[in-house]
Amino acid sequence: MGILELTAVELSAKIRAGETTAVEAMQAVIEQIEKHEESLNCYVTFDKEAALHAAAEVQKKIESGELTGPLAGVPVAIKDNMCTKGMLTTCSSKILYNFVPTFTSEAVLNLEQAGAVIIGKTNMDEFAMGSTTETSYYGETKNPWNTQHVPGGSSGGSAAAVAAQECFFALGSDTGGSIRQPASYCGVVDMKPTYGTVSRYGLVAYGSSLDQIGPLCKTVTDCATIMEVIASHDKKDSTSIAREDLDFTSALVDDVKGLKIGIPRDYFGQGLDPEVKEAVLAAAKTLEEKGAVVEEFELGLVDYAIPAYYVIAAAEASSNLERFDGVAYGYRTESYEGLHNMYKKSRSEGFGAEVKRRIMLGSFVLSSGYYDAYYLKALRTKALIKEEFNKAFASYDVILGPAAPTTAPKLGASLSDPIKMYLGDIYTISVNLAGLPSICVPCGQDSKGLPIGLQLIGDCFQEKNIIRAAYAYEQTGHFAKCPLAE
Amino acid sequence: MGKQYETVIGLEVHVELATKTKIFCACSTEFGGKPNSHTCPVCTGMPGSLPVLNKQVVEYALAVGLAANCKIHQYCKFDRKNYFYPDNPQNYQISQLYLPICYEGGIEIETKDGGKKTIGIHEIHMEEDAGKLVHDDWEDVSLVDYNRSGVPLIEIVSEPDMRSAEEVIAYLEKLRMLIQYLGASDCKMQEGSMRADVNLSVREVGAAEYGTRTEMKNIGSFKAIARAIENETARQIDLIESGEKVVQETRRWNDEQGYSYAMRSKEDAQDYRYFPEPDLVPIVISDEWLESIRAKQPELQPQKLERYQAEFGLPAYDAGILTSAKKLADVFEATTEICGKPKKVSNWLMGETMRLLKEKNMDPEDLSFSPENLAKLIELTEAGTINGTVAKEVFELIFAENIDPDAYVEEHGLKTVSDEGELRATIEQIIKENPQSVEDYHSGKQKAMGFLVGQTMKATGGKANPGLVNKILKELL
Amino acid sequence: MANVIRDETIDYVGILAKLELSQEEKEAAKKDMASMLDYIDKLNELDTTGVEPMSHVFPVNNVFREDVVENPDGSEDALANAPESRDSAYVVPKTVDQ
Repeated sequence: MGILELTAVELSAKIRAGETTAVEAMQAVIEQIEKHEESLNCYVTFDKEAALHAAAEVQKKIESGELTGPLAGVPVAIKDNMCTKGMLTTCSSKILYNFVPTFTSEAVLNLEQAGAVIIGKTNMDEFAMGSTTETSYYGETKNPWNTQHVPGGSSGGSAAAVAAQECFFALGSDTGGSIRQPASYCGVVDMKPTYGTVSRYGLVAYGSSLDQIGPLCKTVTDCATIMEVIASHDKKDSTSIAREDLDFTSALVDDVKGLKIGIPRDYFGQGLDPEVKEAVLAAAKTLEEKGAVVEEFELGLVDYAIPAYYVIAAAEASSNLERFDGVAYGYRTESYEGLHNMYKKSRSEGFGAEVKRRIMLGSFVLSSGYYDAYYLKALRTKALIKEEFNKAFASYDVILGPAAPTTAPKLGASLSDPIKMYLGDIYTISVNLAGLPSICVPCGQDSKGLPIGLQLIGDCFQEKNIIRAAYAYEQTGHFAKCPLAE
Repeated sequence: MGKQYETVIGLEVHVELATKTKIFCACSTEFGGKPNSHTCPVCTGMPGSLPVLNKQVVEYALAVGLAANCKIHQYCKFDRKNYFYPDNPQNYQISQLYLPICYEGGIEIETKDGGKKTIGIHEIHMEEDAGKLVHDDWEDVSLVDYNRSGVPLIEIVSEPDMRSAEEVIAYLEKLRMLIQYLGASDCKMQEGSMRADVNLSVREVGAAEYGTRTEMKNIGSFKAIARAIENETARQIDLIESGEKVVQETRRWNDEQGYSYAMRSKEDAQDYRYFPEPDLVPIVISDEWLESIRAKQPELQPQKLERYQAEFGLPAYDAGILTSAKKLADVFEATTEICGKPKKVSNWLMGETMRLLKEKNMDPEDLSFSPENLAKLIELTEAGTINGTVAKEVFELIFAENIDPDAYVEEHGLKTVSDEGELRATIEQIIKENPQSVEDYHSGKQKAMGFLVGQTMKATGGKANPGLVNKILKELL
Repeated sequence: MANVIRDETIDYVGILAKLELSQEEKEAAKKDMASMLDYIDKLNELDTTGVEPMSHVFPVNNVFREDVVENPDGSEDALANAPESRDSAYVVPKTVDQ
């Protein structure tokens, strides 16, 4: 078995056992990147020399016994909306084409302290606004399973890099499904943790009340292990929560007996691809056979999550993105007449169409006379959606459904109709509104050979339930590897 | 006779709080410093940075709110106020709109006729200050410094209860004194730690409705505020008298030139798109917390005023002046503590100190001498070691440079000449040189005595003990 | 389409958001925003009377920092990415009131 086949946890164990080195692992990743980057475009920033140098440094610390953790020596890719000190951080936008942060985001710092080695920064939809990674200023990323298709988004670069073995694992961010949907399209495992579990410090904000960082990786074991490293109570993030139950790997047990799983009927109606439906229901059946109690139920308000989300996310984004104005960092237009002209030209030239669309919508829904009708209405809807989930979790430990209604669409098929694109987030968005944790694992392929993702949603702070279910499911079958992988 | 008008004024007063660090980050609030030296990713609005609230800001805001008789929103939140301007690195200001920490209070002022009047306080909210813009003289550019960005402010919004510049100044003085007593701010207008926006309208006396108001932003001194009010009142009355309408707008007062102008811009929509700040969590103020703030409130001016009269036997007028500024009261108490002579201390503060403050156009807050040195000076005078003239000279140096009077007097040989023999010889010489004055004295001209005393003081460099000079002169004459 | 976005609205939102749209972009924005608002209007089907707007999903309160200076001179970091700076300050087009 080649080194790239290893999971993150397996690789680190071998490095620590002296069977291979962090540098060899990095070299293998670099070779793979050099082989496939031209067709895939997973990375925005990739500095071979720096990556090898960092790997060598980590190797020394492993040998000296300074680094002993389960991710020590493992090459990792970071979504380009997380600040990395001294390393370009563009959010895949022209407006940050030259931005080099002076500090590193907390989640990445946690990884670095555990000895993971940064390969580079992955491509994404500009400012995480999109579901296909086609809105990147630096070109679209392609799905490694079939390069005619999108990898999903916004963490498409991270998902594709994991699937194509251009890294051993990656970090993504999820505001409305931006980790789970690309993970599902690329056939990898991921987790969107409970809001407040992973610090947002250093994550360039899109929708502050919804954003969470999470891992994209090869197995549920990797997922739980990475979560233990990146989750922390950070005093620099006021919304970070002090938790004492961060021992996620303790839930890696192949036992779902008595676990109560609810399947929302509303997730299996119109718009769901029959092949996806079949694969997801088959996965439910598998869990049932392993002893879980599986039931259908009415979740309610499913159709209201997307409109509520787009009001809230666009409003927060319109404000969060005001800081990109050409004054203190990033792109400033070449020629301008006066201050406001500089603002307008820098922003209009620096942002892409989808970002502008959401900024305009967000500014409008917050503007005088509309705040109550749109913004407050959306926040009230959010409260009702949260209530629906509370009711559901009174009866179930896990809610099971698809991650996305279809498998990965073809390149260029989504952007023309924004609402259609937004509808693709129907199963993921309400999870962000309610702050819930959710995990996706591959559960098969459609007739075109594209992967299908199973989504398992847990109650707040109950990541262990979904890790347990995902782990037990993962033990039952080995799904096809991405053809681009060795 | 023309119509009678009345001016209706409400104030928005911004006060920079006396915290060591900024409201949302651990940067220093120290005034001055190299541009952008007191900054970090948070207060420069770097992507990915997040705010964390300074607890002391909440405590100061509560202290001011309680002292201004406000109600407290025990569940309060921050909101974002969105507007583009380069002094504001995120292009939004974190402020409070929907649930300000304090509301519905009021403070009492004394009116011109000696009566009392309560000025209502609509609300007090917490927010962050903006950076500083310096306009280049030669080029069409401005320089942006974020050292002040994120310095905590409270904004105290009054009801439109004031009717004249005098009332406005009385309100501001009262507010400033209150906040200084609480130690919540130094309220130095010249450093911008207290600033006022004036909302003003006029209406015919007896009218039920308010007229259309204008807002004049960031006026930097009490005198300028008085001038701006006078000017704006006249401008609005002129408009109304000539049949025009007052336009609701924001105006900038140019104090040097003595006029105001509208700050109109089509790029400035004044639509701030407030919404709850998602990066900060709500503040819940428990009864216990509120009680602990109440218990910690220091002695305020009315109590001090009473105590000074009772404890130190000071006249009401003197106690009034000494307590009119927290700093003055602090110096008074500390000096008295050392030397145990409240009346003498009071005299120095009421007399020379006030004179020098006025002469140098300073506020009591600017006093920088140590009570120890004033106490030493009082000891020197009381012991007759130096005379009054020398004492005043030395005090000027204490006031300006906080010198040690013991050392200074010693070093410069300023001690009173009390050696009778030496003095007698000097006076004998002076009598010899001024026969005309001696004659005048003997013919009953008292002035001549004064002249001879003066000559003696001159000859001794002002150091002679005046009592002794008089005694010897009389003997010799 | 129930919502109709007028030119003035797009211009106004452009001022708020500091975006300058070409005529073509404006037309597209009018259409996009109208169809988004139509879609968002679906929320009006829900009776939310008496429902408290939920901005924070968890009842976490009172996250504070103590008032202690910890940050060193930040000027170098602050200006590291500045498009234009001088004398340790950012340079911007002259800000004037009128």
